[in-house]
Amino acid sequence: MTPAVDIRDVSFAYGDAPVVKDVTLTVERGEFLGLIGPNGSGKTTLLHLMLGLLEPDSGSIDLFGEPVSSFEAGSRIGYVSQQSTNRGGSMPVTVRESVTMGRFAHAGHARLTDEDTTIVESALETVGITDLGDRLLNELSGGQRQRAYIARALASEADLLALDEPTVGVDAESRDSFYRLLDSLNDDGITIILIEHDIGVVTDRASRIACINTELFHHGDTESFVESDALAEAYGATGQVVHHDH
Amino acid sequence: MPETIDTAGETDTNSSIDRRLAVEMVGLVLTGAVTAVMLTFIALNWLQAYPVVGEWYDQFMIAGQWMDYYLGTNVFQWSFMWQQMATGVLIGTVAPLIGTFLVHREMALIGETLAHTAFAGVAIGFAAGSLVGGIGTPLYAALIVSIFGAIGVQWLAERTNTYGDVPIAIMLTGSFAVGTLIISWGRGQRGISIEEYLFGDLSIVGAESARMMAVLSIVVVAIVLYTYKQLLFITFDEQAARVARLNVNAYNTLLIVMTAVVVVGSMQVLGVILVAGMLVIPVAAASQISRGFRETIYLSIIFGQLSIAGGLALAISQSLPSGGSIIVVAIAIYLLTIAASSRQVMAISTH
Repeated sequence: MTPAVDIRDVSFAYGDAPVVKDVTLTVERGEFLGLIGPNGSGKTTLLHLMLGLLEPDSGSIDLFGEPVSSFEAGSRIGYVSQQSTNRGGSMPVTVRESVTMGRFAHAGHARLTDEDTTIVESALETVGITDLGDRLLNELSGGQRQRAYIARALASEADLLALDEPTVGVDAESRDSFYRLLDSLNDDGITIILIEHDIGVVTDRASRIACINTELFHHGDTESFVESDALAEAYGATGQVVHHDH
Repeated sequence: MPETIDTAGETDTNSSIDRRLAVEMVGLVLTGAVTAVMLTFIALNWLQAYPVVGEWYDQFMIAGQWMDYYLGTNVFQWSFMWQQMATGVLIGTVAPLIGTFLVHREMALIGETLAHTAFAGVAIGFAAGSLVGGIGTPLYAALIVSIFGAIGVQWLAERTNTYGDVPIAIMLTGSFAVGTLIISWGRGQRGISIEEYLFGDLSIVGAESARMMAVLSIVVVAIVLYTYKQLLFITFDEQAARVARLNVNAYNTLLIVMTAVVVVGSMQVLGVILVAGMLVIPVAAASQISRGFRETIYLSIIFGQLSIAGGLALAISQSLPSGGSIIVVAIAIYLLTIAASSRQVMAISTH
């Protein structure tokens, strides 16, 4: 089976400043990849390249065996961006309205069907926020809101879930239950790519780890990452290691 | 431990939410009915030269005389009054409709910019009219120039990755500057009065511009109905919409061109300077108290209609400029919703 994401020799620069350099990385289907690196290391840029939000200067990226630039099956990817990039905090949108957006890529210009409604309701149920369906997103706590975004990705029936620091500003307890939810989704076969600044969470949850700081410092399973000195090398210059005890 | 979910307060307010929905539905049905009457008038007025339609049109105007008789007014028997009211009612629907997406896309000033671009268009229309003569209302020229302006704004935004203040300010002042130059040159050619377009004046609403507004409104409402899901998605989360492979740039362009069209249709009543108010204020009022995006649209349109009705009544009865009257009423509604929403917050926090 073709991998979910296949990155070969990808480089990307903003102007003259290289952000991602010669990265080659494969994400297999069903994998839970933790993408870590210091601040400004190009994690988010690499994720945006994978999703086709940015185009690489050189190298190639395939999504499910298709070049990312011509990949049209938008409903296969669920994307939960950093909280600051969407309007859930200010725009009056109900939880159910936001989750229903997951069906839009399927429906196109047609009306939503009863099946769409059923899928939305079951997505709300999976993440445990059915009773919040009619509430405004901006009335929810950070943890509840992130669940709503995950529900939107589930409603789109995505095979690949890409999350960019989803738990920034979320309290510790909700964060744990959020990551348990990711675990169980991964057990159901959904490929997950997670950017997270808390390395403890990543080593606890992810099956494989990619550690980058412009270049790829490590890519492999979690055990080999913990034993290697990739972390020290990647973080060497900035030295900002966040530790989290479980 | 599961997250604690606060559902107190929700159960006892269910009945008040139902009542609210009922009031909104009544408002929407009324809006629909009034809009239908206005569109009927414009169609009859347009086609009155044809045999059967002419009779219907006469009947319509006779009904207007009866209305004046019973209400003790001197409004409904006049065709030009109907044109003004029809244009107003259509503005009250389409401006807040488009405005809901603009405001929550944080593009509120785009409307202002496009109005200034349209002003340059009006100037060009006048100048062309005085040179060639008899090419109809200057709004046609405004429409064309404004659509080009919209595409220009979008082009700038795509290249600077933002609807930033600076390109907007340059576009706004630049097109207004060009407008003033053309006007001053045109004054030498023929007496041109531009104040009506700056501040809005019911007296410049003619049969032709009412017709134009009717056609524009039907097209805009049809497009929004057809692309509602896509517009909502790009408004809410542009990046996620891109990942879902929506053609975000195309929908942005569509939204901004529709804004240009609505602005041109509205500027005769509201004026270049005030037209953005109708895109923004009813939406701001609705967003204070609404419980979802669909409800925001419904309430925006209802508040838009109330502003138009109150503003036109004020303007016609007191001989005031229409633009200022409408915007003042809209602001009054906005202040009321702020009062209502702070009362809501207090009610919730005392639980």
